[in-house]
Amino acid sequence: MGNAAIARGAIAAGLNLVSGYPGTPSTEVLETSAKCSSGSMYVEWSVNEKAAMELAAGAAYCGARTMVTMKQVGLNVASDPLMSLAYIGVKGGMVVLVADDPGPISSQTEQDTRTFAAFSKLPCFDPSSVQETYDMIGEAFELSEKYHTPVLFRPTTRVCHGYASITVKDEDEFKTNEPEGFVRDPSKWVIFPRLSYNAHINIEARNVTLSEELSSYSRNLIIPEKAEGCRKGIATHGISYTYVTEALRDKSAPRVMKVTTPFPFPEKAALAFLEGLDEVLCIEELDPVIERELTYICGKHGLNVKIRGKLTHDVKNAGENTCGSVAGNIAAFMGWEMPGKTEAEAAPALPVRPPVLCAGCPHRASFFAVKEAMKGKKAVFCGDIGCYTLGNAMPLDMVDTCLCMGAGVNITQGIGHIEPDTVCFAFVGDSTFFASAITGAVNAVYNQADMTLVILDNSTTAMTGHQPHPGTGRTVMGEIVEKIDITAVLHGIGVKTVETVNPLELKKAVETVKRVASEKGVKAIIFKSPCAVIIKPEKPAVIDPEKCTNCKKCIRSLGCPGIVIKDGRAAIENSLCTGCGLCSQVCPFGAISVKEGK
Amino acid sequence: MSTNIMICGVGGQGIVLTSKLIAATAVSHDVPVMSAETIGMAQKGGSVFSFLRVGEGINCPMFGEGEADILIGFEPAEAVRMFPYLKKGGTAIVNTHPIMPVTAALTGSDYDGRNMLEYIERNAEKSVFIDGDKACTEIGSPKVLNMVMLGAAVASGLLPFTLEEIEQTMKATVKPQFVELNSKALRYPR
Repeated sequence: MGNAAIARGAIAAGLNLVSGYPGTPSTEVLETSAKCSSGSMYVEWSVNEKAAMELAAGAAYCGARTMVTMKQVGLNVASDPLMSLAYIGVKGGMVVLVADDPGPISSQTEQDTRTFAAFSKLPCFDPSSVQETYDMIGEAFELSEKYHTPVLFRPTTRVCHGYASITVKDEDEFKTNEPEGFVRDPSKWVIFPRLSYNAHINIEARNVTLSEELSSYSRNLIIPEKAEGCRKGIATHGISYTYVTEALRDKSAPRVMKVTTPFPFPEKAALAFLEGLDEVLCIEELDPVIERELTYICGKHGLNVKIRGKLTHDVKNAGENTCGSVAGNIAAFMGWEMPGKTEAEAAPALPVRPPVLCAGCPHRASFFAVKEAMKGKKAVFCGDIGCYTLGNAMPLDMVDTCLCMGAGVNITQGIGHIEPDTVCFAFVGDSTFFASAITGAVNAVYNQADMTLVILDNSTTAMTGHQPHPGTGRTVMGEIVEKIDITAVLHGIGVKTVETVNPLELKKAVETVKRVASEKGVKAIIFKSPCAVIIKPEKPAVIDPEKCTNCKKCIRSLGCPGIVIKDGRAAIENSLCTGCGLCSQVCPFGAISVKEGK
Repeated sequence: MSTNIMICGVGGQGIVLTSKLIAATAVSHDVPVMSAETIGMAQKGGSVFSFLRVGEGINCPMFGEGEADILIGFEPAEAVRMFPYLKKGGTAIVNTHPIMPVTAALTGSDYDGRNMLEYIERNAEKSVFIDGDKACTEIGSPKVLNMVMLGAAVASGLLPFTLEEIEQTMKATVKPQFVELNSKALRYPR
């Protein structure tokens, strides 16, 4: 896997410390680092990306080679320390691994870390294959150390989650790095306006030097070197480069440039590429970074080359590229015959299959309990980032807002201040609570909000593949540590009413919600029940055909994938049902039962 | 020459592991391999697919429509969804047991996958149908569907690996107490 290759490549480059926060598609980088750690390396899941960034910076101040991992939206959380760190710099090599997600497949945004590189003025590496991630991460560390700056390394989903057989280094070729330790120097490590002004001048000068240096970087490829005959070119990057190669298989034209370091842009290499061309098609995912740079370079040097891509509507400006889309773009650009579609019978109407909460998921019970308790009341349900965002799906339909990690707890306060007659709820998972909802809860208490904080505690970070967090009492290295108790945290910041209830005990859960929500001020309910994926399922539920009136209330209320319609009647899908028993508590006729036992 | 494989189904059916097992077998036999998988939100009961390419001369993990030698469909409608990727003359290996999406159950549809299977039978040059539900019941675990499907792909003779080679990788991957169960599942389609 690309993510595993990044971790192994970084270890081979003498990595001393890795920190990060889980986020698809970046998660496995840190997990693999932990798995492959020889013991001399420090690895942690930090509480959020900002903490991870600052920790890695501190270690890099000591001369350690450090890597910090996150997804693209995680970089927003960590951008405060990173923007300043760009001015301060580092001593040991520091790679900021940010995985972008064109599509988006598992994210809120289609932001492009290459654009963030230009904004933060930090060098950026954009790998195109699993092998390249392995080989290039060491080069990223070298550049970081040479210029005393953190560098960005941004694979995309198809590289992160692509598998490939690759060639790796022998262990005796591995580099080792002995950190010198922290050397006190306030004129270097303490940021002040004067220092920032001088640093800014140095950064701009350095980036000019870097643009020169990266122009001869072998991974900024131009194939073929001389444009012969064909006066058209294609500029591309990352995984799209492999789609381009696939589309141009057995063809010697057009000329292709692969931009591996989008910032600082290798201007000289680009000029060499543009030589002898009339027209260039830029095939990119996310932002038109290369297209803008080439357009700028043509303007700057008075070149009469037409640059096409997303800005000229030759390539779609959102979503992921595919082999097919790229082949189509190239065919249209070159005036080639479009790749033919085989005449096939039209497929029957396909059922749509959006992601849903798993069968037996305790979040379904939690949402249903709140829904029941608030029936007929004016209420707002602010959601957050995690599996429980899927509580938005019909029939639960219990997510009114979702913005970013930890936002729900503050959004609900804002709604409450404008609409005081609304009962305000915020739902947040246990991992998200620690990552970024505690400050929101403090804000609510301090500013006397009237709201109910619902914590969906399934004892894991489920969406990204079950990572431990401060509430689980385990670390990524498997150490057993003191659990941080959510109830104690909430009491500590002044939330007086904090009630814990098992959402799968429906009646009790509904009563708890009614009671707690009727109190004034900030109060909390912790729905505690483990993620259905990590516990052994109970025996599947059984529907008694004698008692079942086929009213389908179970389906209409819960929307559990474990209940289906077979021959017109509600039926349990045994391969999915975990025997959680929620439906047996919803059935008005007592027709569904669950038995104890695995 | 490379073999292009499309594996598709519903999140949670074990598609990623199936793709990993084939890839790991390739690696252990020094055969080049590339794949691209769906991990993350879609795994929660959504449509999931894996591109897998095994053999010499590959430089991209994905392939275009009409380029798959084999389509391994874990669910009838999902097999039809990815059917355009199957090449002319390719083989479809499909589990006949449908998984009803919640959206279908809510609208009262009684989707049973039958018309999907008929479509595949009519349009694929070669097709193999397996009742995965029956297989799992006979083997004794709902979790072995992926091994049954993988076993069927091996039995078709289109994967560049033998059953024993795949089994070797499986043994190195799953927990020891599940090896026998999975072996049984791999051998089921014979």
